[in-house]
This record gives sequence, C-alpha cells and structure tokens, in this order.
Amino acid sequence: MRKNTSIAIILAIIIALGMLTYFLNKPIVNNLDLGLDLSGGLHVVLEAQESAGQKVTADTIQKSVGILRTRVDKLGVSEPIIYPQGQKRVVVELAGVQDPEQAIDVIKNTAQLEFWDQNGKVLVTGKHLKDAKTTVNQGGEGAEVNIEFDKEGSRLFAEATQANIGKPISIVLDKKVVSAPTVNEAITGGSARITGNFTAKEAEDLAVLLRSGALPVSFKIMEKRTVGPTLGSDSLDKSVKAGLMGLIAILIFMLGYYRLPGLIADISMVLYSVLVLGTMALFGSVLTLPGIAAFALSIGMAVDANVIIYEHIKEELRTGKTIKASIESGFKRAFWTIFDANLTTLIAAVVLMYFGTGPIKGFAVTLSIGIVASMLVALTFTRYLLVLSADITKSHKLYGV
Amino acid sequence: MLFIEKRKYFYIFSTILILAGIISMFAQGFNLGIDFKGGAILRYKMDPSISAAEVRATVEDLKVVDEANIQKSGDEFFIRTTEVDQNQTNIITKGLQAKFKDVTYQSVESVGATMGSELTRNAVLSVLVALALMLVYITFRFEWAFGVAAVFALFHDVLIVVGLFSIFQWQIDSAFIAAILTIIGFSINDTIVIFDRVRENLRMKKKDELPTLLNKSIMQTMNRSVNTVLTCLFPLVTLYFFGGSTIKTFVLTMLIGFIFGAYSSICVASPVYYEIKQRG
Repeated sequence: MRKNTSIAIILAIIIALGMLTYFLNKPIVNNLDLGLDLSGGLHVVLEAQESAGQKVTADTIQKSVGILRTRVDKLGVSEPIIYPQGQKRVVVELAGVQDPEQAIDVIKNTAQLEFWDQNGKVLVTGKHLKDAKTTVNQGGEGAEVNIEFDKEGSRLFAEATQANIGKPISIVLDKKVVSAPTVNEAITGGSARITGNFTAKEAEDLAVLLRSGALPVSFKIMEKRTVGPTLGSDSLDKSVKAGLMGLIAILIFMLGYYRLPGLIADISMVLYSVLVLGTMALFGSVLTLPGIAAFALSIGMAVDANVIIYEHIKEELRTGKTIKASIESGFKRAFWTIFDANLTTLIAAVVLMYFGTGPIKGFAVTLSIGIVASMLVALTFTRYLLVLSADITKSHKLYGV
Repeated sequence: MLFIEKRKYFYIFSTILILAGIISMFAQGFNLGIDFKGGAILRYKMDPSISAAEVRATVEDLKVVDEANIQKSGDEFFIRTTEVDQNQTNIITKGLQAKFKDVTYQSVESVGATMGSELTRNAVLSVLVALALMLVYITFRFEWAFGVAAVFALFHDVLIVVGLFSIFQWQIDSAFIAAILTIIGFSINDTIVIFDRVRENLRMKKKDELPTLLNKSIMQTMNRSVNTVLTCLFPLVTLYFFGGSTIKTFVLTMLIGFIFGAYSSICVASPVYYEIKQRG
C-alpha cells in the first residue's frame, strides 16, 4: 500500500514539475535580459577629465549620468543601462543600437555651448537655453539649429548683440568655433540660429545635445565595445545547444551510474534549473556568455551534491543497514561535507561579484545563485524524494550497490 | 593506493610543471589580450579563402593603424591593433569591403591602456582576498593545517594554469580571471570533500597511522572525485567543441583547471597536510 502511495506522489511531483517548467518557460525566457555579447550593442566606459579648478565629485558624476540618460533616451534607445563606476567613470550600455557611431558621438560630446565676442570673452552660455530645434533649409542643402534662450539668457544675448553691432560673435561648441556671424542689429527676441555646414542628421544630433544640457565635465572614452547582433545570436545558439548537450550527458550518466537515486537526481536537476533561471529572471539579471558558462558549471556542482549524498548512502548500505536508515545517516554525513565545500566556493564567488566588473560580475552572480539553489534543492527536495522512493523497493540493486 | 608514500613523485611532477611555467613567464611573458594591455580587436566575417596575409596587407596599406595582427578562424577574421576610434574603424571596414567581396563587419572592442593595469590589480587583489577568506573559513571549520594545505594546493593550481598560458602563449583576457577564480572555487571544493573525510576518520576511536588514514580517506572519496570531475567536464567539453568561438579560451582554462584541481586535491593537498602534521 505504502509502495503505491509513494509511486503516486513521485509521479505527481514529476507531472507538477513538468507543468511548472512548461508554464514558466515563457515568462522566464521573456524576463531574462540578454547581455551585450548576446544581443549586440554598444558598451562604453567614459572617464571624467579633471581640469584646473574643476574637480570631479560624486555629484558631478551623478549629474552626468542624468544628462547622459536624457540624451540616450532622445536617441530612442530602449532600456539603456547607465551607471557610475568607481569615482570618475560612467558606463553606458546600449543594447541593439543600429548606429553605434552616432550613439558614441552623442554620448561623448560635452555639448558646452558658448557665445564669444572678438576677444574671446564669454557672453552667454548654453546654461540659459530653453529649447533647440532643427530647421532644414529648402532644397535639403544645409541645416541649422534654432535655439531659444530663457529669460536671463535673452537679456544677456540682447546686451551682447547690442554691444557688438558690426562685429562678429563666435558660436563655440566644446571650445571649437562652429560659426562666427557678424551682428547686424541687437537681437532682443531671445532666439538665435546656429548655422554651419551641418547635414540634417548632424543638426538633429546637435539639437538633441543642446536640449539635454551640457555635461558638467568633459569625458574621455576609456573602453568601447560594439558587438554586432549576428555574432551574438550565433554564439548564443551554439552555446545554448552545447550547454544542453552537456546537461543531457550528465542526466544520462547519473541515471546509468546511480539507477533509482540517479533518476531522482535528474528530477532534482530540472527543478534546480527552473529555480536558478527563475531567480535570475526575477532579479532582472543580465544573461551573458560567461553567465551561461557559470550556469552550466553550477549544474556540475549541483550534481556533485547528489554524488556526495549517494556515495555516502551506498557506503551505509554496504554496512548492512536498511535503505531507509542508510538514507537518513547518509544525508546526515553528507550535509556538512556539502555545506563546507559549497560555502568555500561561495566565498570565492562573492569576492568575484564584489570586485569584478562586466562579464566577470555576470559570471559570479549566476554562480552564487547556482550554489545557493543547489544546496537548497539537494538538502530538501532530493532528500524528500529519496525517502519516498525508499518505500518502493527493498532491492539494493536499484541503488547501484 | 599509497598516495602519501609516493608523494615524492607528485612533488617532482608539479615542481617541473611550475618551474617550466615560471621560466616561460620570465623568458617570453604573457600573450595579454586587449583587456590587459589596451588596444583594439575588430571582427569581420569574410570569404574563408581569403588569407590572413592578404588582409594584413590591405589593412596596412590603409595607413590608419601602425600595426595589425590578423587571426583567422574559418570565415571569422580578427584584426588586433592599437586603440582605434570610430573613424579609423570605418576606414578599415570600407577598405576591406573595397578589396574583398562579402565583408561583414561584426564588432569592435577598443580598450584604453590604463583600464588594463586596473584590471590586473583588481584581479590579483580579488584572488588574494578570496584565498585569505577561504583560509579563515577552513581554519574555523577544520584546523589551520588543513587551511594551509588547501591554500597551498590552490596556489599550485593557479601557478600551473598561469604557467601553461605563458608556455603556450594562449591569450589572457578578462574571462581568464573569471576562469581562474572558478578553478580556485572548484579545487577548494574538491579538497574540502577529501579533508572532510579525513576529519571524520580522525574522530574515529580506533585511529590508523596518519599516512594510512590519509590514503584511506582519499580512496573513500575517490568515487565521488572521479564522478564529479566527469560531470563537470561534460558541459565543458561540449562547450569547447560546440560552443561559440567567444568562450573558447574561457572553457579551455576551466578544462585545464578542473583536471589540475582534482589532481592537486588528491596528490598535493593531502601530502602537504601530512608534511605539516609530521613537522608540527
């Protein structure tokens, strides 16, 4: 009677797990963000350049992150990742950018707009801008940017033009003169035009920069990676297939070597995979190639927990104990082995997570989640299934002894 | 098996490997990737019949970069060069497209030189921090002699892997660090499982002599050691042969690390523990 109940419960668990996997499959896949190495895109590390009288503070970096976000949003990139790194750096990650060249231009420019008089004295700056728009001249030849000053800016600009009638005023962007038109009369309306040899695209980018505001410091590109999506999806397909093959090899090996407990290990592995991928989807972790490798490896570690348990159980069986008693004492002895072994590995993974950046971090996060999940599954779920399965048979053969 | 009695042979084997690695490190150094020394890698897909030399000649004729090192793997071409900006990238892409048919630009990675030295510093720092923390944990859970023996075995693993990378001039990039740290994690895992058994056997009332006890412990955990290494090798081997080209080095490091990690747990960590116990 107990035998039938146990078989029924185990079958029910298999079916429930199968359905869980089936129904969670979609939400997990949809919620796992792919890293740049898989989806393609742009990864740029910028470093703020200190200059005389201009210290880089946490506040400057914070402000820059905000401004960069506005700019990137205006480029129409979905879900940009922009974050400060260390004291002076900002990391910008844009997935699936069509035109990385344009994106880099828009990101790295300080966009410090100034109006100078003949002697290089600053008259008005971009701080006083209210709006910037593009107008394409008729015939499509040349484009210009129309800017509108705020109240203060309008006053300053009116004074400046008043004082410089008949003389040129230079329009300067990031210390480079864009154009230097001669003032014919005082401009009091609070608007001005920037002409230069702009194409429509260049003018549009400039307008975006001016609208988003200037960065408080200038930045230098320290690191830049662009990955074409073809490379990414190619590697992804291959790696996922390879990972699956390795996984199936493990499942077959466990079943062949450990028989009934092997089957239980295989069921546990499925739960384990759902748990790890589900946790990653829940935390919004980014899946990268090293992350996939870490996942494949953490499966190896999860299997190791099972191997340790089964070897202990086999030993106990050989001393002549009943299956139930062997499972109990085998688990007791395996617990601290698994605990100590996994905790030392977890220490390494956490150090990696703390010190690592980019791909290394992704690797460490996945590995850490994997280690914790593997301990949980092995010490609760696998144990429960093993105790249940002890009712099914008294034959030691099914335990590979 | 007489692991402890035969330890001299393991010492000789490991010492030769490590010495060869150290000599190579001084003699020819490392093949550092752009993550460490700065520079750029451009990737293109082109007709596999085009030779690397043709590509080098074409790129050098463009005169935008000082040196170009071309690597070819099937239809994938990797151009390694100094740091490039977007403009230089475009010139190279257009130059290749003008010369050859069906050239697809895949990606560019460009890293400043200062980033590399920081990465090295971070890497060394994280290895040392990880080792120190593990030593503390093992001393706390076992005893210090186990901790020292385990960390010694880890140094052994790291030295061998790093040495092999110098000997064969395999490229070292940032994924290499992740691989090294994973090796440390797995090797310690292996060592702990054996030491755990030693600890258990030490607690028995009827104790064997230490060498016999250590040999027994190793044999008792041998099944597990072999099975675990096997199961961990399955995904690595399939990833190496069928996975994407971008993770090949990473997987290779892991493969080597696993094998030496398992070796050192059995043939280095336990003998070293024995040496400490014998002297202390």
